[in-house]
Amino acid sequence: MAAIRTMQPVGLSETFNRLKKDGKVAFIPYITAGDPDLSTTAEALKVLDSCGSDIIELGVPYSDPLADGPVIQAAATRSLAKGTNLNAILSMLKEVVPQLSCPIALFTYYNPILKRGTERFMATIRDSGVHGLVVPDVPLEETETLRTEAKKHGIELVLLTTPTTPTDRMKAIVDAAEGFVYLVSSVGVTGARASVSASVESLLREIKEATTKPVAVGFGISKPEHVKQVAGWGADGVIVGSAMVKLLGEAKSPQEGLKELEDFTRSLKAALP
Amino acid sequence: MSDRATGSVQPPRPDSSGRYGRFGGKYVPETLMHALTQLESAFHSLASDAHFQKELAETLRDYVGRESPLYFAERLTRHYARGGDGGGGPEVYLKREDLNHTGAHKINNAVAQALLARKLGKRRVVAETGAGQHGVATATVCARFGLECVVYMGAQDMERQALNVFRMRLLGAEVRAVHSGTATLKDATSEAIRDWVTNVETTHYILGSVAGPHPYPMMVREFQAVIGKETRKQALEKWGGKPDVLVACVGGGSNAMGLFHEFIDDKDVRLIGVEAAGLGLESGKHAATLTKGEIGVLHGAMSYLLQDDDGQIIEPHSISAGLDYPGVGPEHSFLKDVGRAEYYSVTDEEALEAFKRVSQLEGIIPALETSHALAYLEKLCPTLPNGTKVVVNCSGRGDKDVQTALKYLNV
Repeated sequence: MAAIRTMQPVGLSETFNRLKKDGKVAFIPYITAGDPDLSTTAEALKVLDSCGSDIIELGVPYSDPLADGPVIQAAATRSLAKGTNLNAILSMLKEVVPQLSCPIALFTYYNPILKRGTERFMATIRDSGVHGLVVPDVPLEETETLRTEAKKHGIELVLLTTPTTPTDRMKAIVDAAEGFVYLVSSVGVTGARASVSASVESLLREIKEATTKPVAVGFGISKPEHVKQVAGWGADGVIVGSAMVKLLGEAKSPQEGLKELEDFTRSLKAALP
Repeated sequence: MSDRATGSVQPPRPDSSGRYGRFGGKYVPETLMHALTQLESAFHSLASDAHFQKELAETLRDYVGRESPLYFAERLTRHYARGGDGGGGPEVYLKREDLNHTGAHKINNAVAQALLARKLGKRRVVAETGAGQHGVATATVCARFGLECVVYMGAQDMERQALNVFRMRLLGAEVRAVHSGTATLKDATSEAIRDWVTNVETTHYILGSVAGPHPYPMMVREFQAVIGKETRKQALEKWGGKPDVLVACVGGGSNAMGLFHEFIDDKDVRLIGVEAAGLGLESGKHAATLTKGEIGVLHGAMSYLLQDDDGQIIEPHSISAGLDYPGVGPEHSFLKDVGRAEYYSVTDEEALEAFKRVSQLEGIIPALETSHALAYLEKLCPTLPNGTKVVVNCSGRGDKDVQTALKYLNV
């Protein structure tokens, strides 16, 4: 493992390729940048990486996060109240990414990208060492510019498919997705749920029939038994967000939060092949 | 009518992807895309659905109380007359949407969308509300058609509009307080969309303005277009011509689009939208999106919006809860960019003065939203030739605002 840790991270799809060869399922945690503060985020990235995360999704806090439930909304509000902005997040990443072995995918709403200018945004995040991008409020029809600019700058644009997506549409989405296909496990916004909907199994099967691209499942996944179940259904990756964000946000101190994050990550990772 | 008869070769608005020029579109989580497609095809099928059209027409007539009068505001006209004898100056008419059931234009759209929800087989309705007018309209139609109704309202707005909260509850709706963000209309809208994302299979979202993802801006415009259609007919009856100038307040912009849409191709009709300048355009505390905003994406559409250098949405300010919104309908952004409509703004103070003036000159207490349109007459009327026919959309009545006004006005 030590040898791998010192290697420069590769892109998202390459990460999945390597894991697949070893028969492994990617563990993908999500945290909100700047909650409780950016230096804790930097430490959290290192902790998540050293506990064996395969890709880390880093959320850019936004004032109006439509696709997020209360936990990530609250984290974004706290982060913005502390003055977190995109420039600060990217300078933090520039410093931290060289110390990580896994790639970073940025999760951001569309307006901050538009405001900066799509081309400039892509160039800047690439320059900070980011490999992938998830934009939850841009469906396939509106992705043209994003895809062109992402490709030009070597950023893999992940697209989402959901239980309400008709099959034909799902096929068009997986065709256009890069890095991996993000399967939203349930109808709704982000946030922990008691169980994972059994429909995920058949959704995974349908997607696998349509593409050889890796598929990661997210939204509502919060426990070791969830990740085990989803991996058993044939997912190539599992994404855990709100549960991570909650630990960091509700901890009495950043140190305590990081410790809990470490224990939690290990327990999830241990549940995966 | 000649302009229309010669025909306009403009491409249809919006285009097939829901665009008004570069504005509009569908910027929503993937989960909603299928519902938006369904909604769009259901909406298009209405045109040929005789049963739906008949039911809508009857409901608008017998329940809403349409058509609403086009009223000649005689004393307001005299107020703007030049010369001591009261002769000269423009003539001011009010399109009396305030006389509709529930007291504003919002009911036109709510009725139509409730019928549409029923057609879609959805028994649960969610809505957002700022001033409470759209929430009351939605709660009303849900009571009328037996639909479950949940209204999201900013906690701050619930305080400003306590009477409307009680009305909604009395009508059987559940009013859910939204505490996130600044607890106003934008946060209520986000929360309504989140509810819709979660319950999309059973729920219809009755969006109250010409905002949001396609097909909402188009659909709400069409359901409000009755305002302009009646105005054309009534103008013809009253003076055998068209109005020269149309004036309406703009928050999201549904009452303005409802009045303007009929006249877009009549190039000789001036269209004027009036935004809320709050404490002043330079104060940073305003809701003048078209005047001061920049292009971005909010609540599913590309349009002008109030944002900071990082693309975070800025909290707007207006004394009127219904205009207190950082975005604006995409078609207004388009009409501004192509120069077809003009947009100006008036402050809280100017709106309050108009609120009082129209109450005392006409015996009509206008909503604070509407008072913005009426306040702009002070600047507009002195510039207009004698006999100019000005139609102001009197979009709502001000009973709901007396508590707010009480804090500011000495009468």
